[in-house]
Amino acid sequence: MHAPYIARPSTVSVIMLKVLLALLPAIAVSVWFYGIALLVQLSLASATALLAEAAMLRLRGVPVAPFLKDGSALLTAWLLALSMPALGAWWLIVVATLFAIVVGKQLYGGLGNNPFNPAMVGFAVAMVSFPAQMAHWGMPHGPLDSAAQLAWIFSRELPAGLSLDAISMATPLDYLKTQLLLGGSDIASLKQAPMFGHIAGVGSEWVALAYLGGGLFLLQQRVISYQAPLAMLAGLTALAVPLWLWQPAHYVDPLFHLVAGATLLAAFFIVTDPVSGPTSARGKLIFGFGVGLLIYVIRVFGGYPDAAAFAVLLMNIAVPLIDQLTRPPAFGKRKRTKKAGQHA
Amino acid sequence: MSALFRFHGGIHPPEFKALSNGTPIATPPLPARFAVPLSQHLGNPAKACVALGERVLAGQRIGDADGRISAAVHAPTSGVVSAIGPHAVAHPSGLLQDCIVIDSDGLDNWCAPSPLPNWQDAGDDEIRTFLRDMGVVGQGGAVFPTSLKLGVNTLEQLIVNGAECEPFISCDDRLMRERAGEIVDGIRIAAQLMRPRTVLIGIEDNKPEAITAMRAACAGSGFEVVAIPTLYPSGGAKQLIRILTGKKVPHGVRATDMGVQCFNVGTLYSLKRAMMDGEPVISRILTLSGDLARPGNIEARIGTPFAHLLAWAGIQPDSEGVIMGGPMMGFDLPSLEAGVSKASNCLIAKSRALFPPRPPALPCIRCGECASVCPAELQPMDLYWFAKAKDLGRAQEADLFDCIECGACSYVCPSQLPLVDFYKFAKDEIWAAERDKKAADRARMRHDFRQLRLERDKAEKAQRLAARATPAPASSAAPDPDKAAAIRAAMARAAEKKAEDSHAPAKTPLSDDAKRAAIEAAMTRAAANKAARESAVSTAAAPGDEAKRAAIEAAMARAAARKAAQGAAAGAEAGATPVAMPASPSQPKPAIDDAKRAAIEAAMARAAARKAEQGVEVGAASAAMPSQAKPAIDDAKRAAIEAAMARAAAKKAERDAAQKGDN
Ligand code: SF4
Ligand code: SF4
Repeated sequence: MHAPYIARPSTVSVIMLKVLLALLPAIAVSVWFYGIALLVQLSLASATALLAEAAMLRLRGVPVAPFLKDGSALLTAWLLALSMPALGAWWLIVVATLFAIVVGKQLYGGLGNNPFNPAMVGFAVAMVSFPAQMAHWGMPHGPLDSAAQLAWIFSRELPAGLSLDAISMATPLDYLKTQLLLGGSDIASLKQAPMFGHIAGVGSEWVALAYLGGGLFLLQQRVISYQAPLAMLAGLTALAVPLWLWQPAHYVDPLFHLVAGATLLAAFFIVTDPVSGPTSARGKLIFGFGVGLLIYVIRVFGGYPDAAAFAVLLMNIAVPLIDQLTRPPAFGKRKRTKKAGQHA
Repeated sequence: MSALFRFHGGIHPPEFKALSNGTPIATPPLPARFAVPLSQHLGNPAKACVALGERVLAGQRIGDADGRISAAVHAPTSGVVSAIGPHAVAHPSGLLQDCIVIDSDGLDNWCAPSPLPNWQDAGDDEIRTFLRDMGVVGQGGAVFPTSLKLGVNTLEQLIVNGAECEPFISCDDRLMRERAGEIVDGIRIAAQLMRPRTVLIGIEDNKPEAITAMRAACAGSGFEVVAIPTLYPSGGAKQLIRILTGKKVPHGVRATDMGVQCFNVGTLYSLKRAMMDGEPVISRILTLSGDLARPGNIEARIGTPFAHLLAWAGIQPDSEGVIMGGPMMGFDLPSLEAGVSKASNCLIAKSRALFPPRPPALPCIRCGECASVCPAELQPMDLYWFAKAKDLGRAQEADLFDCIECGACSYVCPSQLPLVDFYKFAKDEIWAAERDKKAADRARMRHDFRQLRLERDKAEKAQRLAARATPAPASSAAPDPDKAAAIRAAMARAAEKKAEDSHAPAKTPLSDDAKRAAIEAAMTRAAANKAARESAVSTAAAPGDEAKRAAIEAAMARAAARKAAQGAAAGAEAGATPVAMPASPSQPKPAIDDAKRAAIEAAMARAAARKAEQGVEVGAASAAMPSQAKPAIDDAKRAAIEAAMARAAAKKAERDAAQKGDN
């Protein structure tokens, strides 16, 4: 044993546990609005993640127990389950989770070594490979009871008289986008649709607020720092405000963007991932702002209804560069050592 | 009240100070035997100046400072010097170092105190010498000789460090509570010498009693006692300077260059004791804490074995090893037989309850916690990454050497990484590489030097053969134009060779051990030949290695003398200065370090000078008595001594150069 002989009792597991805890309110609200489907997805993702992690650790010849206990696989699973449509088929979440853990994390060397956010890798793979499956989201207080949800997830069977369209819908973001593309109507009239609540979607806006609450808890616990979330929301707003002011009929208001889709989940739980994000405060600001800008651009001008995953993955690529450019100078020094920047 | 500044990061580890700070400074009984390390300070170890078996008194100097960066050591009690040599010391490596072992006579008789009563009028040099001879060194941890910091100076701020931020340690706290007056006297001395505009005494606000005591002692002095927020490592010199003055002294910049200097309270206390009371540093305040029956602070004599103190304080049977220093920056004591040194501020008996083992380490998750607490404003995870990958170059570029090894990063790391171990490892590797490089450079210089000598010896041998062949008067003092010319030619050749070598360092066969060995063998052979030839006339070859070596050395010395004489003669003939040595024959390759070149040249010059000196004596003698049997032995002895002296001179020159290089 060497100095320091004492250590703060904070461990990776404790950190991960706190993040999982911070997700509970959002899970509860989701279940309230959308039923137990989400719990099924969470269980499927968790089981898949733990099994895949254990198998990969064994394959890599790394001790399994301490790494399973660190909780990072579980967190990836939960984030993924929360990002995916709750009524998706069972194999969809399993495939996405496998990708997240095996390719997104373990093949890069496991905990701490993955350049991309594993949950977002899984999500992006599912989005690109199975776009149709990813387009059907549950309706708040929809027609399916718990048993029917289970049947639908596992065997794709619907109760008599119900069609796919009757049980699912596009997300408000998706709806706005397609309707605007079809032309004709303006935002104000589109927002009269029953899926819209006070700010964004009925139900989903409450889930978003629960994410906000969880995020504030993590900030208070100093598990995350404010820079990346704040910068991400700022980046999104920076594009949303001028365009909305310019053509409010075509560009939805900034508040909608801030609450809709995966914005708040991404802000507090995705861009704050330490492993795949930059380390310095300035780096986090740049990273978050970039993600915010990209989310807006992809949402409004890109081909996908929501954009958090792609925005985060794109910015993950830039992290080494951001880290290198934002390394603060050492105590009392004006600039970091000259040569450091050249090949860091 | 001055406005306070913040340093980046810092942590709030549990303090554990109440364990030891509640009782007054105690004085444990003296042990029967003391082990006083000769190296208790930064710089050269002291040189023992007492003999085995010598009686010493408490306070008597037993080790002289060796050079500028050094400090004397003194006998901690009266008794007899029973051993001088390697002994266990408080060093993490566990390697033995030279110590003077003193068997106490139990009387604790003191020698007469030798204060510096007129220090106000004393010159800079006198004060420096005095402090060095009294063994005053920094007691905050770095044990830098105080003599080097206390020059007459003009400062903006003089910082007094009473922060004592490490958990468990409370020796400065107790010292300030109980002996504030003497500390303030010490501050007065330092202030008078350094003439700062302001004197700021920084004490962490978890020591209210010390703050009160110091404020009372400072009343009317103009010194300001500043309560600073408790935040580890506010007691780091750079951090404290930052807190009190707002100045950030970067790595590699001297604090005085920024108008500020920092002293620990313990240092100033010992400064006062030395200057005003004439008491050299033979004791210090030491915290005994951890798993002990009677934790507390003691005034411990230097050299007291740690085992003695721990037994006195009642070390518990379940304790597992002892930490020297605090829990953040200390190290496991390799041996309890080691003696207290001027750097020993705290002993902590470990127990499982106090220091539970850390959970197994996980990979770095880049959480940045380490960077957020790093007072040196580094990116510890990057340093960790580079050190782990043994990418020492990039570790250095990432300011590895700015790391003060405070351990804050390790303390917070959720992955339980022993980060500081990695930094220490990387620093050690870099130092080792630098040492290797220096050694290689030295080897190359030695090689060049040897080549030169070889050439000259060869030329000389040819001379001698030629001289023998012609029945000329065989006086070495008598110059022969031919001979001189031949020598000059040989020297020119040697110079050429040297120039070549330095132009094509790749060709230097220094790495080629076989070649070097061959050359050495050849030289030995040549020397032996020479000796044999010369002693054949004068002395019968004495049996035994000693005699042989002496004979060889004598022969070499004589040869050198002759050479010098010849050189002088040749020089006189040519109407030039004596060419005892072909100094830097051609433009050396600029890649060669200037300091190093200067060092080798100095060494060569010195050796040559000595040789020339010798030449005058021996040459004269041998001219007068061409073939004498007896003086050969005396010559041998003298030659051996002189050879040793030349070696020492060379070594010293090298060391000087190395030091210059470091500064
Ligand atoms: S605190 Fe530990 S895990 Fe976090 S970035 Fe630093 S080294 Fe990595
Ligand atoms: S040990 Fe070095 S890197 Fe770690 S916090 Fe202290 S100064 Fe920074």
